[in-house]
Amino acid sequence: MKFKYTHSAAAVLLAIGLASPAMADEEAELVINDEIEIVTKTTAPAHLDGHLDEILSGWRFRSDDTQAMQMDDFDNPAMLGAEAGMELFETAWGSEGKSCADCHTDLESLSHVRPTYPKWNEGAGEVRTMQMQINDCLTGRMGAEAEKYDSNNMLNLEAALSSVARGLPVNVAIDGPAAETWEKGKEIYYTRFGQLELSCANCHEQNYGNMIRADHLSQGQINGFPAYRLKNAKLNGVQGRFKGCVRDTRAETFSPGSPEFIALELYVASRGNGLSIEGPSVRN
Amino acid sequence: MASGVKPRVKVPKSAAAGDVITIKTLISHPMESGQRKDGDGNIIPRSIINRFTCEFNGELVIDVTLEAAISTNPYFEFESMVPEAGDFKFTWYDDDGSVYEETKAIAIG
Repeated sequence: MKFKYTHSAAAVLLAIGLASPAMADEEAELVINDEIEIVTKTTAPAHLDGHLDEILSGWRFRSDDTQAMQMDDFDNPAMLGAEAGMELFETAWGSEGKSCADCHTDLESLSHVRPTYPKWNEGAGEVRTMQMQINDCLTGRMGAEAEKYDSNNMLNLEAALSSVARGLPVNVAIDGPAAETWEKGKEIYYTRFGQLELSCANCHEQNYGNMIRADHLSQGQINGFPAYRLKNAKLNGVQGRFKGCVRDTRAETFSPGSPEFIALELYVASRGNGLSIEGPSVRN
Repeated sequence: MASGVKPRVKVPKSAAAGDVITIKTLISHPMESGQRKDGDGNIIPRSIINRFTCEFNGELVIDVTLEAAISTNPYFEFESMVPEAGDFKFTWYDDDGSVYEETKAIAIG
């Protein structure tokens, strides 16, 4: 079914007489706007030795229709958020009368940001997510109020930053000063939470590809965030998604922006080192 | 009053006379159904796009009535025959009386 969208693939299909590409889902390749090639399947990074051989983007686990929505920016509703973010980028906020663009010129100059965050910040002595770094600019340089974690403005800015990084490989640093936070994130990933006593790994490492009720379990990769979820018709942040998952184990959740989720975001991002950034993506 | 409403249209720049082309449209709009309540229990008033039309050189191509169950950012994809060069005119009608318009020219060639 996927083959409908690329003429060459359809031609090959006819030529070799394959009639039913029904389960093509997990073998399809993602090319956005016929130009940006996205790596959705690659060899797992070294630190996953003994856990995973291959890492897969969540895109591969979605239905044909959902996959197709992400192949063209016009069809991708998440791009509405990215466009709003691009406008925000040019808009002056706060008492200093400065916009993001006054210092950073254009979004393309920030294309390295999305693939490398969360990242150790030497001055602050902490691992920072993109949202923390944006807030630092807002309050420190622009004289604006800090945005709440996962606010609409934040997610729109994240989507804009992500859209210019599409196709670049995720490459978060896990050594050096970030190592301590990374270890903490790893511990959370493998800790069972809630009344159902489920760890992240129970579903996303041991059972990806299986069905959890009506949903196709992915590896829980976050290279596609922020993600437009069809279930709530808006952009969703990584940590908000973590919260949803932890809640589903019937546990008291951590909050988006908490040290636990920051550590977990770094660790989960590192599990996707090598996949392309494909956010803002479309998911269930 | 819905804010952040922005229509978008994708029409090929040119086509052969008599060709059937695919048109995609999307308008960012919250499509508040009128069924939901806010934190204080008051009903949030309905605010949706209630009609969408597309005309080609003044001739109606499609005329859609939208109801409250249609979700946020309504997207339409449809086909149209192009007999000659001209303009596609798209119009969205909002509950609040606003009318959003967009025009796209198509050449024959």
